[in-house]
Amino acid sequence: MKNDRGDIELAGVCKSFDGVTNVVDGVNLKIADGAYCCFIGPSGCGKTTILRMIAGHEDPTAGEIVIGGQNVVGLAPAQRRTAMMFQSYALFPHLTVRENIAFALRVRGMSKADRLRAADAMIEKVRLTQFADRLPAQLSGGQQQRVALARAAITEPRVLLLDEPLSALDEQLRVQMRQELRRMQQELGITFIHVTHTQLEAIALADLVVVMEQGRIKQAGPARDVYAHPHDRYVAEFMGGQNVLSGRVEKVNGASFTLAQAAPSGIEVPLQARPTVSVGDKVDIAVRRDDVALVRPGKDLPPGCTTSLPSRVLAIEYQGYFVKVMLDTVPDDQFVAYVPEKTFFADPFTVGDVVMATWATGSALPLA
Amino acid sequence: MQPSSTPSRSNLAGWLYISPLVLVLVPFFVAPILVVLAASFFATDGFGGLTPGFTLASYVEVLHSALTLKLYLATIKFTVLTWIFTLIIGFFVAYFLVFHVRNQLLAIGLFLLCTVPFWTSNIIRMISWIPLLGKEGLINQVLLSTGVIRQPLEVLLFSDLAVVIAYVHQLTIFMIVPIFNSMARIDKKLIEAAIDAGASRFDIMRLIVVPMSKSGIALGTIFVVSIVMGDFFVVKVMSGGGSASVVSAFYEDVGVLQYPTAAASAVLLTLVLVAIVSLILRTVDIRQEITR
Repeated sequence: MKNDRGDIELAGVCKSFDGVTNVVDGVNLKIADGAYCCFIGPSGCGKTTILRMIAGHEDPTAGEIVIGGQNVVGLAPAQRRTAMMFQSYALFPHLTVRENIAFALRVRGMSKADRLRAADAMIEKVRLTQFADRLPAQLSGGQQQRVALARAAITEPRVLLLDEPLSALDEQLRVQMRQELRRMQQELGITFIHVTHTQLEAIALADLVVVMEQGRIKQAGPARDVYAHPHDRYVAEFMGGQNVLSGRVEKVNGASFTLAQAAPSGIEVPLQARPTVSVGDKVDIAVRRDDVALVRPGKDLPPGCTTSLPSRVLAIEYQGYFVKVMLDTVPDDQFVAYVPEKTFFADPFTVGDVVMATWATGSALPLA
Repeated sequence: MQPSSTPSRSNLAGWLYISPLVLVLVPFFVAPILVVLAASFFATDGFGGLTPGFTLASYVEVLHSALTLKLYLATIKFTVLTWIFTLIIGFFVAYFLVFHVRNQLLAIGLFLLCTVPFWTSNIIRMISWIPLLGKEGLINQVLLSTGVIRQPLEVLLFSDLAVVIAYVHQLTIFMIVPIFNSMARIDKKLIEAAIDAGASRFDIMRLIVVPMSKSGIALGTIFVVSIVMGDFFVVKVMSGGGSASVVSAFYEDVGVLQYPTAAASAVLLTLVLVAIVSLILRTVDIRQEITR
């Protein structure tokens, strides 16, 4: 009986190439059947190695990889019923689009007529019918990517693994192919695991975003959780969109604590996420860049704001629907406010202006 | 006047660029071929003297001789046998070096090891087969002492077998190098992609490695075929005079001062080789390999 479940469980997975350092260091993760999961992290964080271990191109040094309830360590890729789409696609240069897509069926011993029929159906699905007889070198980057996707999907795998599938494309095409990947995933209804180093790609596509650093998972969860509620400074900085500040706890008062700052008011932070904070602890907090409001000195703060930090405007970048204002609010870290375009141009600042950076107290997030 | 002077100047530059090659090819390749071609149409007095003129007598003689066909058949037999063995050995040596030796330094080292036989001269390499294959050679002694045979095998040395062995020994490297070169350019990701698709090792070789090494195989084939077809020395030494090749016939002709016949045979052989090489080039696009 064919087991079509594509749920994946990684249990204590480690990988070491030299026997000394672990490239992947004790990774535990559950991915639901039919989920779109993105692994994200800087290069060398082990995300591609995890992908290759799930695909069966690399064996874990320790730990188990379970797909659909079956431990697949030691099985060949075809036995796992996974398929991989390689970075820069690895299309067979001497075979036409149709032969490339039919390759897996050919080596499975399917008759020529059957496999060409199946390949043509798949070619239609990825809208390449008029290119079926071309060689890969005669296709554009986006078309090559579709061939690679079709070649991987033709065996009806339960898991499709994509290694930086969009990195070879230019920006515009990338956004377009991103939607196509999502559409294919929903159409096929199988688990997609996608490795990327682009935050936007991950949060736009994934049901489950896994942020990695040095072989470990820093945070895994739905895109919105990871972006809006990062666990720690690393995730906050890597995912972007957050200002990270640090300081010592000055006083703890009921539902909030205050972070010592040069500013007279200090920074008030709600306690919800970090129940155990005592005076003197060094704490990181995150404030979303689009939650920061800029007020001219002497003016009233917006309602709900108890913290205001005097800052000087360092640079201004117009971004279309918002304006990116860079400030010297905190000495060692970047501090940026995303001001809606209309708000900004109602009373525009110039470089060198002194402003008060403020935000609603509830939007400050203590980090681990 | 700028526009009119530019083409002639770039023409001159073009000629300068190709002049080193022209300076080598014209005196050492084009001129000798023209001399041979001319000589093949000359008449002879039978004692080495040539009478300039135009006669097809030498060609008629060569083409009418039953010996010519026999020699071509013998040479083609050697060529085909040598080609098959060098191809099989060369392909697998290159395959091993490219796909199984993970350490690149080791691969290069092993590759250089393949060239060791070339550190010594052709003649010594051939002579060195005698203690191994000879009547009192190592192989016969081992077979005799183990009782497999009673009489020493005479077929080992000074035979067609010995000729093929010597050719394969000498020419396998000419297969290894171009095949190694084209295999080394195969992206390892392609192999992985094939494994991912469920291809067996044999499928990978049949569907990926062989088609993608085609141009290397073709280049090696051209080397081996043209060397074997143009050789007389190995045949002479290793067959002990028992076999002959096309070239040994016109070597004999030269020895007895039959220059026009020798020249006509040489022209004929050149045409046959050109035909074979263009056939190979028609099947495989080597230019694509060189420009890639």
